[in-house]
Amino acid sequence: MTKLPRWADVVLVPLICLVIAFVFCGILIAAIGQSPLQAIWIMLEGSFGSTNGLGYTLFYATNFIFTGLAVSIAFQASLFNIGGEGQATLGGLGVTLACLMVPWPHWSLALLGSIVAGAAFGAAWGFLPAWLQAKRGSHIVITTMMFNFIAYALMNYVLVNMLRPLGSMDPASARFDKVVNLPKLGDILGLVGIPFSNKNPANISFLIAVALAVGVWALMWHTRLGYALRAFGKQEKAALYAGIDPVRITIYALLLSGGISGLMAVNAVQGGAHRLVLNSVEGAGFIGIAVALMGRNHPFGIVVASILFGFLYEGGSQLAMGTTIPREVITVLQALVILFTGALPYMVQKPLEKLFAKRGGK
Amino acid sequence: MSLMKHLLGASAALALSAVAALAEPAIIYDLGGKNDKSFNEAAFNGAEKWAKETGGTYKELEMQNEAQREQALRQLAEAGANPIVMTGFAFGDVLNTVAPDYPDTKFAIIDMVVDQPNVKSVVFTEEQGSYLAGVMAGMASKTNTVGFIGGMDIPLIRRFGCGYAQGVKSVKPDAKVILNMTGTDPSAWNNPVKGAEIAKSQQSQGADVIYAAAGGTGVGVLQAAADMNILSIGVDSNQNYMHPGQVLTSMVKRVDNAVYEAFKEGADLKPGVNVMDLKAGGVDVAMDDNNAKLVTADMSAAVTAAADKIKSGDLKVHDYMSDNTCPAGTF
Amino acid sequence: MAAQALGGRQATAAPYAIELRGISKSFGPVQANRDINIAVPRGTIHGIIGENGAGKSTLMSILYGFYKADAGEIIINGQPTAIPDSQSAIRAGIGMVFQHFKLVQNFTVLENVILGAEDGALLQSSLVRARAELEALSKEYDLDVHPDAVIEDLSVGHQQRVEILKALYRQAEILILDEPTGVLTPEEADHLFRILAGLKEKGRTIILITHKLREIMETTDNVSVMRRGTMVDTVRTSETSPEALAELMVGRKVLLEVEKRPATPGREVLKVENLTVRTEGVDRLKGVSFAIRAGEILGIAGVAGNGQSQLLEALGGIAAASGRITMNGVELPLKGHKANGQSRRAAGIAHVPEDRQTLGLIMDFTAWENVGFGYHNAPEYQQNWLFMDNAALKADTVKKMATFDVRPPILTLAAKSFSGGNQQKIVVAREIERNPDLLLVGQPTRGVDIGAIEFIHKQIVALRDAGKAVLLVSVELDEIMSLSDRILVMFDGKIMGERDPETTNERELGLLMAGMTESKGA
Repeated sequence: MTKLPRWADVVLVPLICLVIAFVFCGILIAAIGQSPLQAIWIMLEGSFGSTNGLGYTLFYATNFIFTGLAVSIAFQASLFNIGGEGQATLGGLGVTLACLMVPWPHWSLALLGSIVAGAAFGAAWGFLPAWLQAKRGSHIVITTMMFNFIAYALMNYVLVNMLRPLGSMDPASARFDKVVNLPKLGDILGLVGIPFSNKNPANISFLIAVALAVGVWALMWHTRLGYALRAFGKQEKAALYAGIDPVRITIYALLLSGGISGLMAVNAVQGGAHRLVLNSVEGAGFIGIAVALMGRNHPFGIVVASILFGFLYEGGSQLAMGTTIPREVITVLQALVILFTGALPYMVQKPLEKLFAKRGGK
Repeated sequence: MSLMKHLLGASAALALSAVAALAEPAIIYDLGGKNDKSFNEAAFNGAEKWAKETGGTYKELEMQNEAQREQALRQLAEAGANPIVMTGFAFGDVLNTVAPDYPDTKFAIIDMVVDQPNVKSVVFTEEQGSYLAGVMAGMASKTNTVGFIGGMDIPLIRRFGCGYAQGVKSVKPDAKVILNMTGTDPSAWNNPVKGAEIAKSQQSQGADVIYAAAGGTGVGVLQAAADMNILSIGVDSNQNYMHPGQVLTSMVKRVDNAVYEAFKEGADLKPGVNVMDLKAGGVDVAMDDNNAKLVTADMSAAVTAAADKIKSGDLKVHDYMSDNTCPAGTF
Repeated sequence: MAAQALGGRQATAAPYAIELRGISKSFGPVQANRDINIAVPRGTIHGIIGENGAGKSTLMSILYGFYKADAGEIIINGQPTAIPDSQSAIRAGIGMVFQHFKLVQNFTVLENVILGAEDGALLQSSLVRARAELEALSKEYDLDVHPDAVIEDLSVGHQQRVEILKALYRQAEILILDEPTGVLTPEEADHLFRILAGLKEKGRTIILITHKLREIMETTDNVSVMRRGTMVDTVRTSETSPEALAELMVGRKVLLEVEKRPATPGREVLKVENLTVRTEGVDRLKGVSFAIRAGEILGIAGVAGNGQSQLLEALGGIAAASGRITMNGVELPLKGHKANGQSRRAAGIAHVPEDRQTLGLIMDFTAWENVGFGYHNAPEYQQNWLFMDNAALKADTVKKMATFDVRPPILTLAAKSFSGGNQQKIVVAREIERNPDLLLVGQPTRGVDIGAIEFIHKQIVALRDAGKAVLLVSVELDEIMSLSDRILVMFDGKIMGERDPETTNERELGLLMAGMTESKGA
């Protein structure tokens, strides 16, 4: 079978998807009587035009890098973890407990503590469905989804009954001590002389996320565990032949996946909100699925796709503030881009393959 | 080339509109959205009322996610909007950190106390209004069973439910009050289907009056109650009109007045805590043509009596949030 | 003279069913077909033979409209015909039976046959007409398939006949079969060839793609030999010999018989006692006992599906079993998480599985990743406790690919992009080069071309001569007879008997394979 050249598969296909998505968005915006070009300009300008806007874009992107990597690791093992939402929620709880319970002397130590706690809580939330799948055959898609609901309920209970400061009616934890606040990206870049606004929540977690992407890449392609994960994901029966234990691999994959989902809270909770609110994840766990699909399950693709989705989020905010486009339409616009870039690359791939085959055949 | 022109033109237009935005008041609606027929819509009505009276314009924004809160506040403040009104307690924490950065901008927050020199905090005594609704429900019930459906299970909503239960028990000490919540996540504010389901379940347990304090979810509760031919009680806005003759009353929370006044005061907004209680007209039960037939003279008298006692301080309705317990029912 | 006429570029109105003229096709830098000319007379069986990767399948795909040729023309019944897609091929009277059947598993034979050829809006009328026609065809060609049988209940051989029926139902005058016997038992293969002979008698033209010389010699009228994308020669089958064809295919002299010295069995390496494998409530392997000594090849003969697969899987640590196996005097676990491929390898057992595409290789992995498959924990492939030494693995792969002549020797090519023979070479290289005490080999030459078969057989014999034990499972009797030092015959999960390859014959083994134990034969 003819295949697309790699560059076309990796660059051209997503790009075409994006263009198609924007065309549809443009039609939609025009249909409600607004100017599509102005809307796109507002989105671009708002999310990349200033370091402040860029900061927000990167802040959202950081969440998506974590959840996207989480989904992709499980996906490499052919496990569809759609529980990123719940795992990140629990990660938030872990980070919050670490930040509130321990009198950290310095943010760096607090960061280490919250990384450990966030990952541990997220991993624990991934472990149960994995164990159920490996030992009891309960399908992981169902269990991880159910665990999302359990996580919501648990979070509500914990926030309302345990973490909510007395007298507050906001179902949210107390604000963390300023000591544990993570350095803003603006401060870090300032150290090396790059001017970058620090009025946005972008923080050191972005760098952690990028480093993690490199780590995941190394794990998947340069370690025995990664090798076993991928082999198991490709051909489960063959993995047995090679002596790869399905139970262990399933559990390892979900522990890693859940742990990385949980790390999202370091950015969202410790880095951004400085407290735990209900629904601190806000769908990032699900966006992670689209990010992983669009990034072709490759860590670097995921970083790029995350920035695109960060742009969508921030651009959406800017649209809401800069135009009178209703919030619902903005959600539809975001959904359109996710649909075209995440779910429909095959629609573009086939005709493109034909085109290349024709050109190659001449 | 012409595309470039277009884009430049667009950005210029944007810049212009930003300049024009100077000194406009602004309102930010919480996640429920401005068309929730309830809390946020009441705020919207207040803003509209101001706009109509003064002919002024205002900026409005519907939240999409948590991280936007701070961004929206800062962006509006930097664009010169003044005052900036926000609906919902969820803004409290963020406002606490943002307000000091913009000392020349005035902020107003509803449903939450934020102690900053440039913030006006508007809070309502929902337990008092709910108590009156409870009195009416207790008297209207023939089955001796009434229901309460909250939105998301949070203390604020329990405050509604607890006040309501106290009101019911004050007229029928042996009445059964079924207290349910729609859910534990924010989608519970906007799930009319589930609201209708819970209403049906409460009806099957004997409830013939159901009070919905659930934002957009309440729309489903009111609809289901009307379909089952039992009574319902609306919340926040006056919802009596939605099913005339089938909504017993609405526990109105004058969010509209709060917004209207904040807008009217403009840049001279007076900071501090503003408790909108029964006495101040902040909460009440709605009486209009739509529910006139349902409200008997006895009921009317009982409500007036209870209201008077509350206003005079003779009757103190227990506030759930003061100690997280409710003497009149369990959630 | 006839041979020249067949291969020649003649424009006469000869009674050819199909002529291909100057067909060329390349995929990127790879030229799969180069200026191919064939002419197939009507009413003959025409063999196309060549090693895997010689371009046979590409050529047939062009003929069936899957690929478009870069150059050349196709002439059907004297008419130049364009075949842009498979629908046009069907209209032109071409039917194709693929190696991997394209049947809907939970449909009946009848439903499968009319699928895509429903002739009216109402399914029912099509069904009635089709049933009559199907029964007629089935009887006429001795196909022995019932229209209402559900595909998944049918044997592989019957499924193949459904494919033939499908083509006949669509009025195929020219039937192309791609490696049709690769999945069949000897009896099923014989039946197939009887069917093909019947079709030929009725005037249909058959193109048989295979790499098995015996089939060519026994069934075809003419044979075309392909090598590396070119048509080397077309000859009358009656005027050639297997040796000559093999030489044409491979491009050098090939030894069809395995040369080996008599075995010198040593100590007992593996002892199997009362081994039983139960899957889905059925005993597939029923209390088998035997032993293998160092320096011998023990062949397991049998029709596919009589427990050989389970035997290999139990020994290889893949399937849970009960009983007892002892390797070099140490008992090995048969169930639980300790019974796995890793622990077997640690015990000195290497395993070339029957199904290399689902067990032996990860098809999407590169060649070098596959060379590490099953040995990814081996210390020589580790850099440190954390990272694998991919460079070492790649270097090892380069070496193994060179030793085993894997083509193309491209490290980063995915396993699925190699031909069957080269895939098998990767597996055999990986397993044999470990110098195991015991090598389990299942169907070592299934779907493997002739050059590679010779090579793989040599490697197996060499391992034996190095004093190692080999357990060989194959459904190819020729292979069992020529390689084994002892033969066990399996039927219905049990061992029917042991025979000496020097003194037994195919007929005797055939009877045992069918479960008949009585006479010891001639």
